[in-house]
Amino acid sequence: MAETEERLRRTMMFVPGNNPAMLKDAGIYGADAIMFDLEDAVSLAEKDAARDLVYEALQTVDYGDAEKVVRVNGTDTPFYKDDVRAMVKAGIDVIRLPKTESAQMIQELEKDVAAAEKEFDRTAGSTHLMAAIESAKGVVNAVPIATASQRMIGIALSAEDYTTDLKTHRYPDGRELEYARNVILQAARAAGIAAFDTVFTDLDDEAGLQRETEYIHQLGFDGKSVINPRQISVINAVYAPTKREIQTAQMVMAAIDEAHEKGSGVIALNGQMVDRPVAMRAQRVIKLAKASHLIDEEGTFVEK
Amino acid sequence: MLKNKVGVEISENVLKQYGYQPFAGTKIGHLISQRVAPAVHVMAGPSKVATSLADVVKNNVRDGMTISFHHHLREGDMVFNQVMQLIIDEGIKDLTLAPSSLTNVMNDMVIKAIKAGTVTHITSSGMRGSLGDAVSHGLLPNPVIFRSHGGRARAIETGKIKIDVAFLGVPNADEMGNANGMTGDAAFGSLGYALMDARYADKVVLLTDNIVDYPNTPASINQTQVDYVVKVDQVGDPDLIGSGATRFTKDPKELKIAQMVNSVITHSPYFKNGFSFQTGSGGAALAVTRYLRQAMIDQKIKASFALGGITKPTTDLLDEGLVKKVMDVQDFDKGAADSMHKNPAQQEIDSSWYADPFNKGAMVSKLDVVILSALQIDTDFNVNVLTGSDGVIRGAIGGHQDAATAKLTIISAPLVRGRLATIVPKMTSITTPGDSIDVVATELGIAINPARQDLVKQLSHIPGVPVYTIQELQQKAADIVGQPVPIQYIDRPVALAEYRDGTLIDVIHQVQE
Repeated sequence: MAETEERLRRTMMFVPGNNPAMLKDAGIYGADAIMFDLEDAVSLAEKDAARDLVYEALQTVDYGDAEKVVRVNGTDTPFYKDDVRAMVKAGIDVIRLPKTESAQMIQELEKDVAAAEKEFDRTAGSTHLMAAIESAKGVVNAVPIATASQRMIGIALSAEDYTTDLKTHRYPDGRELEYARNVILQAARAAGIAAFDTVFTDLDDEAGLQRETEYIHQLGFDGKSVINPRQISVINAVYAPTKREIQTAQMVMAAIDEAHEKGSGVIALNGQMVDRPVAMRAQRVIKLAKASHLIDEEGTFVEK
Repeated sequence: MLKNKVGVEISENVLKQYGYQPFAGTKIGHLISQRVAPAVHVMAGPSKVATSLADVVKNNVRDGMTISFHHHLREGDMVFNQVMQLIIDEGIKDLTLAPSSLTNVMNDMVIKAIKAGTVTHITSSGMRGSLGDAVSHGLLPNPVIFRSHGGRARAIETGKIKIDVAFLGVPNADEMGNANGMTGDAAFGSLGYALMDARYADKVVLLTDNIVDYPNTPASINQTQVDYVVKVDQVGDPDLIGSGATRFTKDPKELKIAQMVNSVITHSPYFKNGFSFQTGSGGAALAVTRYLRQAMIDQKIKASFALGGITKPTTDLLDEGLVKKVMDVQDFDKGAADSMHKNPAQQEIDSSWYADPFNKGAMVSKLDVVILSALQIDTDFNVNVLTGSDGVIRGAIGGHQDAATAKLTIISAPLVRGRLATIVPKMTSITTPGDSIDVVATELGIAINPARQDLVKQLSHIPGVPVYTIQELQQKAADIVGQPVPIQYIDRPVALAEYRDGTLIDVIHQVQE
């Protein structure tokens, strides 16, 4: 696990690396993470140009607090090495490896990243990694992949390739993904890293997106990949805590503060002990409430 | 050289030659304005139907006259080109062209008329495309005078524009000239701009493809004003009359800007029962209307009126009872035009009632909230809607200067368009003074005019709406697109931009090749 503090990853927005207009505007939509794509979105003829473009965008465009992720070309392509070097040089937050099938692939990526950090004078260990699982083999190896490196921050299910590998395709109810979703989630949680659900491809089916997001939210996923900024508000709305959840969380946080002030090791609320999971859930609810603009800086509930 | 109130340097020569006072502020005050009246060629019928448009042109248009048209048929207009061709064919020279505005479908004919010496003066709300380009490169011998819709109404009422012959396309008329904009194949709804011409022109020629039984009601233009009714094959192409884009935008950036605008409105002190608003046309404006609708439902707020150019999303609010009255100077789409026919709460208003500053009260002075667009905005909140970043004329004042006098004026614009910054240190021309602009809303956040400390206080803590200074936004735009090389001009005015009160706000110069 590469991080000490958990960050929100409700949405990871795909941005084609060869589209200057979209690169320029990617920061304005409030995506928790922005994933610059050098792989599938970019044709062979444009691989070098897209890499240069993303490199320049990372130097010039202000992406605010968003986590900056790049999807490099696969290890079996001639673009992979240059992608990794350029992105480490650019100071990318996370490198996402496509079609990950084994822990070894992550370990090799880690070596390449470490070498590039040294070459370009970046802080050792500052470049994080994540894996996209796109095949049955990847799902089977989810646990070793999730734990392959201290730099790992998450694993993601990529359902288009995965369903092809399974000899099926995507259905509206998502039952064909049930196994993979649960395996990836378990592996991520066991490794203490984030779990990202796959994209929802029908842009005009807002109800379908909401239904699928409610489902993966219930399972426990951190969030979902998005292919259009319009999907962000739908997903954020699903992840927004209720007023009641926020009030409970605020009471828990107040009880923790009070116990700290008194120097008491035991935290109690309404006669019940507040243990670590309760405290962590409360922290997450407060963070989500702030990100959803449901409470202000002082913690007051914002009536909309 | 002297500087007007928005810091534009104007030579005394220009002021003297064209008879202008420099722009001195947005306040109008309690002056006494004198209205003029047209000549009346008395007749009693039995019919005013003329069989030959060519004869009407021949017998009524003379060298040096001022002729006018309206632009309610927009890109579907089939009147302007017909009439102008006949005028050119007659060999008439030195006309002043004084339409309410010029649309792209008229461009080639105007250029032709200028080249033939038929047209030597133009006053309009704006111009675009090939015509704007030609004028900016010096085609017209005299500078175009740009006036807002309210400014044109004022100029007509006070005799600054003296229309000799008005050629007005209507989708229906009876034999005596009673007409409205609401029925017929070319129906376009409100006749708002044309009503001024009908009332103040010495000769009024109606062109229609639809002569109906006498008496035609409701009559927006009535027989006491009309000299001729000319039957033509078609006055407009129904498919091109609507300005399109009434579909809800899917552009995420436009939606983001619309959300910012909506948040500003709903967090402002003006968002309460009985408020009034104007949204205009375009993707972001339509999106704002949809967001505003939801906010009005959620907070149980109803508007007293919506004003100006109307779209279907606005007339939908009328049908839903969220807006009590629609005060309609033009309809941008068929839905809005049809609604005027059906709903008596959708009132046709002329451009004087809408926006004329020299009036006993125009509706814009009762307006709470307006959303306006911009080609450029400078760090004094001045707005340019007339010239592009290249200095070339490519826009129209429309009701911009007039509606900007609302209590809360919001400019909705992307921070950059492609490689062009929208917020710049110095614009290519000034149309609307920053004094009348309150908030600029972009996809990144908003800037509030520091003159409005009340708004700074009320709008500074809206969740999801970052507040920047206008200088910060300008810097952010520059960070993305860099600093352009300044445009080179030739010292020859090609257009004069009036403020709505008739003072000179800017001089647009010929661009260097």
